[in-house]
Amino acid sequence: MTSAVDEAGLEAHFEATIAHKDRIEPRDWMPEKYRRTLVRQIAQHAHSEIIGMQPEGNWISRAPSLRRKAILLAKVQDEAGHGLYLYSATETLGVTRTELTERLISGAQKYSSIFNYPTLSYADVGTIGWLVDGAAICNQVPLCRTSFGPYGRAMIRICKEESFHQRQGYELLMTMMRGTDEQRAMVQESVDRFWWPSLMMFGPPDEASPNTAQSMAWGIKTHTNDELRRRFVDMTVPQAEALGVTLPDPDLAWNEERQAHDFGEVDWDEFWKVVGGDGPCNAQRVAHRKKAWDDGAWVREAATAFARKQEETADHGGAPTTPTTSAGPASRTAEEETA
Amino acid sequence: MTDEVRAEWPLYEVFVRGKRGLNHVHVGSLHAPDGALALRHARDVYTRRNEGVSIWVVRSDAIAASSPDEKDPLFAPSGDKVYRHPTFYSIPENVPHM
Ligand SMILES: [Fe+2]
Ligand SMILES: [Fe+2]
Repeated sequence: MTSAVDEAGLEAHFEATIAHKDRIEPRDWMPEKYRRTLVRQIAQHAHSEIIGMQPEGNWISRAPSLRRKAILLAKVQDEAGHGLYLYSATETLGVTRTELTERLISGAQKYSSIFNYPTLSYADVGTIGWLVDGAAICNQVPLCRTSFGPYGRAMIRICKEESFHQRQGYELLMTMMRGTDEQRAMVQESVDRFWWPSLMMFGPPDEASPNTAQSMAWGIKTHTNDELRRRFVDMTVPQAEALGVTLPDPDLAWNEERQAHDFGEVDWDEFWKVVGGDGPCNAQRVAHRKKAWDDGAWVREAATAFARKQEETADHGGAPTTPTTSAGPASRTAEEETA
Repeated sequence: MTDEVRAEWPLYEVFVRGKRGLNHVHVGSLHAPDGALALRHARDVYTRRNEGVSIWVVRSDAIAASSPDEKDPLFAPSGDKVYRHPTFYSIPENVPHM
């Protein structure tokens, strides 16, 4: 048997590719643990986009104006798209879409704890855009250079779209801050609720994140959780000042020596409680996803049955009812030649 | 020539990945009797100067494509949604990192 020798060679090649900061592509050999780590991370990311539609989707039917409604609808629609890009990237690792959905519904795979918090006022739409999408951007920009090709390419598409999300949120809050005292109070109350959960989005502190070292060695992650959390705080503080809100942390202060902000300790007990399923909305979020999945079953079945019927008709010499083949690249090439 | 040879080989579309990390990009098409030979021909026709590190070939008749005639109705819905672009929102100069 030479398989052990082969595997050592393959592993050396894989390590060399990583060392060159080259990308690993789906058909490359990769260690089983690398594959498993990626499936877990990308799936969790995809699930977060999908579950993340719920807190904001809650307000679509009650948006304060047609303009805000169109914006919110477009934003939630983007999040659905982000979930789909990421599910496709996960599928290149040999899992199916159905399996992923089932693992989300059964709780075998997680999603970001932030989406287990409720949205209590329309100001939350603004705060989520500013802080939650802002934290997501902070996390995602370095992931554009992650070592697994399909994941990095999905992140590039997503980052291009996220900028609109953050800006619409900040603009919404700015508009409210120019309004009445009551509106300003709504913004502050919303920021008070979302600040700490936003900091939790970067994951547990480095000393409680045992997988980080391996993920960084493999080029999956390029920064630790705490590094990204600090970067987010430094970026956000001046934005909060310009907006005129207070971030609810008495320990938050500029540290001249470090040229960075000091800030208080996240309530990690709360974080682990929410991750463990005991947040304000965990049960509701998963139940809603399960209902959408179950209620949609007949649509998926009907579409499959229709496609099968179309195929049978074509096989039996019937005229195709959709012009897909005649409009395909073959005919396009001919058009270009005659043009 | 036998009838079998005279019958046109199917057309394949060729996609090349320029380097690791990039998408496969459509580069052209060719005729071949099957996928394996299409790959060989694609290597010879489209990657003679190190243009790629990976090739996909797909039978052209397996591709469902939008037709040029429906371009307007197909893409019009996104035309008037300016609010999908970040530049739709004015953020003051003094707000950094946004
Ligand atoms: Fe997103
Ligand atoms: Fe977003």
